[in-house]
Amino acid sequence: MRSLTRPEEVTLTINNEPREVIIYPGETLLYTLRGDALGLTGAKPGCENGDCGACTVLIDNIPTKSCLMLTVEVEDHSITTVEGLKHAPIQEAFLSQSAFQCGYCTSGFLMVGHALSLQGAADQGRLVEWLRSNICRCTSYQEICDAVQSVVRSEVE
Amino acid sequence: MTIIGTSVRRKEASSKVTGRARYTNDMNVPGTWHALFVPARQAHAKIVGIHTADARKVAGVQTILTAGDLAPLLTGDVTEDRPPLAKDKVRYWGEPVALIVARDESAAQKAASLIKVRYRPLAVVNSIQDALKANAPLVHDNIGSYTVATPPASPRKHSNIADEANMIKGDPDRFLKKCSVRVKVQVSLPQIDHAAIEPRIAKAEILPDGRVLIQASTQSPFEVQKQVAKYFKLNPGQIIVQVPLVGGAFGGKAAIQLELLAYLASRAVGGHTVKLVNTREADMATSPVGMGMEAEVELGATQDGMIQAAQMRFYMDIGAYTDSAPRIARAIAAQCTGPYNIEHLHTDVFSVYTNHTYTTAFRGFGHMPMTFAVERAIDELAKALDQDPLRLREQNALAPGHLTPTKARLTRSNLGHLPLCIEQMRRVIRWNQAAVEPIDAHRVRATGVAAFWKTSSSPPNAISGAITLMNSDGSVNLNIGAVEFGPATKTTAAQILAEQLRIPIDQVFVHEDVNTAVDPEHWKTVASLSTYMVGRAVMDAADDMVRQLKSIAAAILRCSPDDLDYGGEKIFVRDDPTIALRYQDLALGYKYPEGDSIGGQIMGRGRFMIRHLNLLDQQTGHGRPGPAWTVGVQAVEVEYHRITHQYRILKAATVLDAGQVINPKAAAGQVMGGMNMGLGIASREAVHYDAQGQFLSNQFRSYRVMRVGEQAEQYLVEFVETPQVDSPFGARPLGEHGVLAIGAALANALSRAANIPLNVLPLTPEVIWRAKGGKAYGAL
Repeated sequence: MRSLTRPEEVTLTINNEPREVIIYPGETLLYTLRGDALGLTGAKPGCENGDCGACTVLIDNIPTKSCLMLTVEVEDHSITTVEGLKHAPIQEAFLSQSAFQCGYCTSGFLMVGHALSLQGAADQGRLVEWLRSNICRCTSYQEICDAVQSVVRSEVE
Repeated sequence: MTIIGTSVRRKEASSKVTGRARYTNDMNVPGTWHALFVPARQAHAKIVGIHTADARKVAGVQTILTAGDLAPLLTGDVTEDRPPLAKDKVRYWGEPVALIVARDESAAQKAASLIKVRYRPLAVVNSIQDALKANAPLVHDNIGSYTVATPPASPRKHSNIADEANMIKGDPDRFLKKCSVRVKVQVSLPQIDHAAIEPRIAKAEILPDGRVLIQASTQSPFEVQKQVAKYFKLNPGQIIVQVPLVGGAFGGKAAIQLELLAYLASRAVGGHTVKLVNTREADMATSPVGMGMEAEVELGATQDGMIQAAQMRFYMDIGAYTDSAPRIARAIAAQCTGPYNIEHLHTDVFSVYTNHTYTTAFRGFGHMPMTFAVERAIDELAKALDQDPLRLREQNALAPGHLTPTKARLTRSNLGHLPLCIEQMRRVIRWNQAAVEPIDAHRVRATGVAAFWKTSSSPPNAISGAITLMNSDGSVNLNIGAVEFGPATKTTAAQILAEQLRIPIDQVFVHEDVNTAVDPEHWKTVASLSTYMVGRAVMDAADDMVRQLKSIAAAILRCSPDDLDYGGEKIFVRDDPTIALRYQDLALGYKYPEGDSIGGQIMGRGRFMIRHLNLLDQQTGHGRPGPAWTVGVQAVEVEYHRITHQYRILKAATVLDAGQVINPKAAAGQVMGGMNMGLGIASREAVHYDAQGQFLSNQFRSYRVMRVGEQAEQYLVEFVETPQVDSPFGARPLGEHGVLAIGAALANALSRAANIPLNVLPLTPEVIWRAKGGKAYGAL
């Protein structure tokens, strides 16, 4: 039986690479990602209770708040962090729409936008529904919506 | 001009879209210890005892500090009234009572759960009204004993009044009585939270040689340096403050709090590196928030709508400690008329202590709540006069030659052009004279407008600087002391440098972080002043470099420096540009073909000090609070449901006199973001306390900010460009301004739509329903 308190080694699939890390069973995915071993600090702690979305990563391409997930829960899943985006269209869209200012919430919004672009078509209602999971305090959201809109196929097409 | 006025990409843009942008908590030295404070769970109570013995036994705990372990210390930006750890009593729910240092986070948390604080509850001062009652319990028993470190401030002994600022101009009593039309408006605004997505954080380490390294998420690195030196009797030079990128600030990171605790924590464990990071809950309830306000504004006007006189009283809920409240109070007093010419005026601003979380600067430095009060009154005046509210604002607008409330003389350069903004707004919003248009049986559409002005309210000795170093390829490194927390401050400085040196923007490299040991002093990254102050210093540094380039080139080319011009990364002879030297040939000294060399590295020094400002006179309030004002007008169009009192924000618009816009996209983004924040504050944000003063809204699920889908359906921004002649390229400040009047514009729109004055924020459907009489549906 697995220990509930002792550290153990697990293998995670992060950005398409197997990574072996030693974790505590009570560790959140956010904590593991940002730790010294992985150093993936693109996901940010903003509230650590799921309200703000700054820590959003993709689990099997579904946006997930990494502060609400234990690392042991995602052993057999594919994890994508902002560091795993390689010239994704959403990044260029955020640049051209100036969809960020301080940048702290940006990774989270990028992951939501990227995941939505991987889905089939999405109408305005769906886009709003997805983006409501995250908070930006600097922009007007119009910039972010425009950026995400530009990479998401609309239903009518 | 080629770079000024173009939307260059912010320097750190690619880092920010790849997760590579690093903030304070992204760079941790392995072996860093964790500090954690235990927050008060009473709003007002005597501390009877703090039991730490059990907590000390937790493995990994290094030390636990309470006020009893520290030399007596009171801190504060203006009045020194705040102990870093609560001493003898707690004055707000969330106030740090004990400080734990442990090897890791979990040990610190376990220890925190074992600390028992015994309290004897005291009567809670839970509102401005509570605080001002006769025989009210006192938040501070002996304010007379406090040192006012940065005057002016006028605490009133044996009261809850931390400060009073007054402003008198002309003969308001006499002229108000003579006015044929008078309106009076009372407004009430709750405390609000800055809600930067990056929680505040500070790390400290004390080196064996006595130097103190502080890394923090702050807008005021140079102020941290000075305050830590002052409170702990060190030399400022010993203290090195480093600030990486900051994840949003909005004034909330101008206050100094965690830095002091992190230093104390490190000092208590022999100087080991210690990190103190706020949880979201602590960031909201323990670190300072934005003030609440109750205000009364009375305006008197002639029948044709010329405002003659005004009387105003502002009461600020500053919470348990003063911080910068007296300075905010004076900023409110100095601009209390809004951008209108009112000859006869009496204004009092009171900073009121309560057992609420203490407050600090919030985007706009008091101008947002002040503007709400004034602009609600102006709209009620328009209604009383049956006049077009935009026309009323236009005809009363301040103009060159007028005097401000503090009797500073206005010029076109320092004032800008509000009437032009208003004229442009008519077109932008398709102005319909504020008519309420029915959509169907229950829904109406209405537009509200409001205008603003703001100056910096900066100290009269604020300084800035720039150091520029040329690299071997002719590119230039730019060092400035302004922090980057979102408004593209560093990029703007780079644009100014590139323009002055006539080099491409990508030949300018800026440091993302600020380091007080390396970068020239910059007062604070606040008050939307960085473009002006840093920009002037950067221009000075650029001129210095050009002088050096010309001087060495003159020797090499055997001509006078006056014969030389520059451009295209070259110095050349004016009448024959083929006789030229490339910057890169001069950057690190010039090597003659024979091999001998002259010169040295080209490096520019630039400095700037604000001029002609003074502190406002305590009796009359007269003085000069800032170098220039930024004026503008905002509008909000709503669709309102008369039965449910729900509404949609269809349009939000700003026309602002920006002088020369340096980066149009960044500028528009600042203003749009400001509008969105201002609309969030006006429509839903509020810090709530229960009857015992417990802070109830310390998470994003209880403190609701705007989310996608709630923002205005359309944001519109346009600029008027009246140059501020002493500013780089004529640019005016605009970082804060998007928030200033947009809440008032929303309230003005809804007041018209609902046909009832709405003077209480936030404007939730429930608040509107209450204003309408709070009747049950059937009674409608």
